[in-house]
Amino acid sequence: MRGQEAREQAGRKALMATLAHAESDEIARLWNESGLPSEAEFLRGPETGLVTVRGRIGGGGAPFNVGEATVTRATVRLPSGKVGHSYALGRDKDKARLAAIADALWQDPARREAIETKIAAPLRAALDAARETRRVETAATKVDFFTMVRGED
Amino acid sequence: MYVAVKGGEAAIANAHRLLADRRRGDRSVPALRLDQIVEQLALGVDRVMSEGSLYDRELAALAVVQARGDMIEAIFLVRAYRTTLPRFGYTNPLDTGAMQVERRISATYKDLPGGQVLGPTFDYTHRLLDPELAAGAEVETPAQRPVEPEAMPRVSAILAHEGLIEADGEMPLDHVPGDITREPLQFPMARDIRLQALSRGDEGFLLALGYSTQRGYARNHPFVGEIRIGEVELELDVPELPFAVPLGAIRITECQMVNQFKGSAKAPPQFTRGYGLVFGQSERKAMAMALCDRALRAGELGEDIVAAAQDEEFVISHCDNVQATGFVEHLKLPHYVDFQAELGLVRRMRAEYEARENEDRAEEKREAAE
Repeated sequence: MRGQEAREQAGRKALMATLAHAESDEIARLWNESGLPSEAEFLRGPETGLVTVRGRIGGGGAPFNVGEATVTRATVRLPSGKVGHSYALGRDKDKARLAAIADALWQDPARREAIETKIAAPLRAALDAARETRRVETAATKVDFFTMVRGED
Repeated sequence: MYVAVKGGEAAIANAHRLLADRRRGDRSVPALRLDQIVEQLALGVDRVMSEGSLYDRELAALAVVQARGDMIEAIFLVRAYRTTLPRFGYTNPLDTGAMQVERRISATYKDLPGGQVLGPTFDYTHRLLDPELAAGAEVETPAQRPVEPEAMPRVSAILAHEGLIEADGEMPLDHVPGDITREPLQFPMARDIRLQALSRGDEGFLLALGYSTQRGYARNHPFVGEIRIGEVELELDVPELPFAVPLGAIRITECQMVNQFKGSAKAPPQFTRGYGLVFGQSERKAMAMALCDRALRAGELGEDIVAAAQDEEFVISHCDNVQATGFVEHLKLPHYVDFQAELGLVRRMRAEYEARENEDRAEEKREAAE
């Protein structure tokens, strides 16, 4: 039971992470294609506020405050009564709304599969591809040292 | 008697209208879009985010346009905007070890896990102006090297096991990180609060102070242990969810400065460290911050405090360019009454001085005649 709950939370968190990274237009486009319902009432927001970003002294030491970042969040209730939340960097309220609905639908076992395949999977594929491109572009700037032997001995 | 003077309303309104016109400039030139600034003046945007202390590229780009490219004015605009928003909380501390690295170099180790990765750097360019860029030439796509992903541990972690370098900065377990946006500055201050102030401090001011330490004012033999730039994930604990909610990623620059230290009454000979962490891609600022952080640890390490860069109150009180510009620029506001008062005072002092002079001269004449 414990394990299943942990897996469930990990899955929900993974969806939230994907949505937080994704572009609003892309989520909206996939949503329109998916035929998923987008009816929901706002319980909170969408509202924009700040989070204070924390780092660690020396990289791994005691925490300190670095500065702030804008974050937009929303909480929605579906006609089914399911409640969903969203948080993401930036000020995109349309994205906050769709992401909160996605979170609410994901908690409904009958809808989870559709959210995963029609929304999360294509977003994840695009994000992974973008990350991989950046990674191999960065890797091309890695220095290969070679040694020049000079002199006789 | 106090007489209030009013006026200038029409002049001010027209000045702002004129400002809007001059900001737009020649109407036959296309207006800048924010995405152009975000994409093509990215490091300027990063500076505004870092010193404005607000990570939001689009807002920083808007501030740059609104300020006509005046960076400190743009930073001021961003700082002012911040105060209008509610605060949702403090993120969990970000993990620079898990960064998606876009640049990572070390001046202390040639061969380190993950290697030296140059990324999009100005280093090794010839600093020659490029006429092709002015002509809008097409730009090549980047080279790619498909290799297996490799872990890139922080250099500090590699150095640590010899015991010759101090650990990451620790605070007492019950220490709550201070927040200069909530509490007024108090001296002496803990290192965490200093780092917050330095992270949003003026790049030019910190650069000059860092430079001064290299030139011998608080000499401390620095090496760049590591600079890394890239995106790190942010997470926030919220009451409505049983896990830390992912917020997405921000780009940051981290600098680990390593300093030779001959030891003191308080600490044995070892390598000590200065730390820099700033929003965006800004390694000059991160390096300057790390140099200043180290210099400001003089008291903690039992070093003599002999130079400006080691003087906590001096550095921290003057590194904020919004405060600095506010106080310097307020001088141009009307001070008519203050000035009238001082004019009266100087007139009186001058009259007294001249009367004294005349008296002295008369005295000398009398003495000469006798």
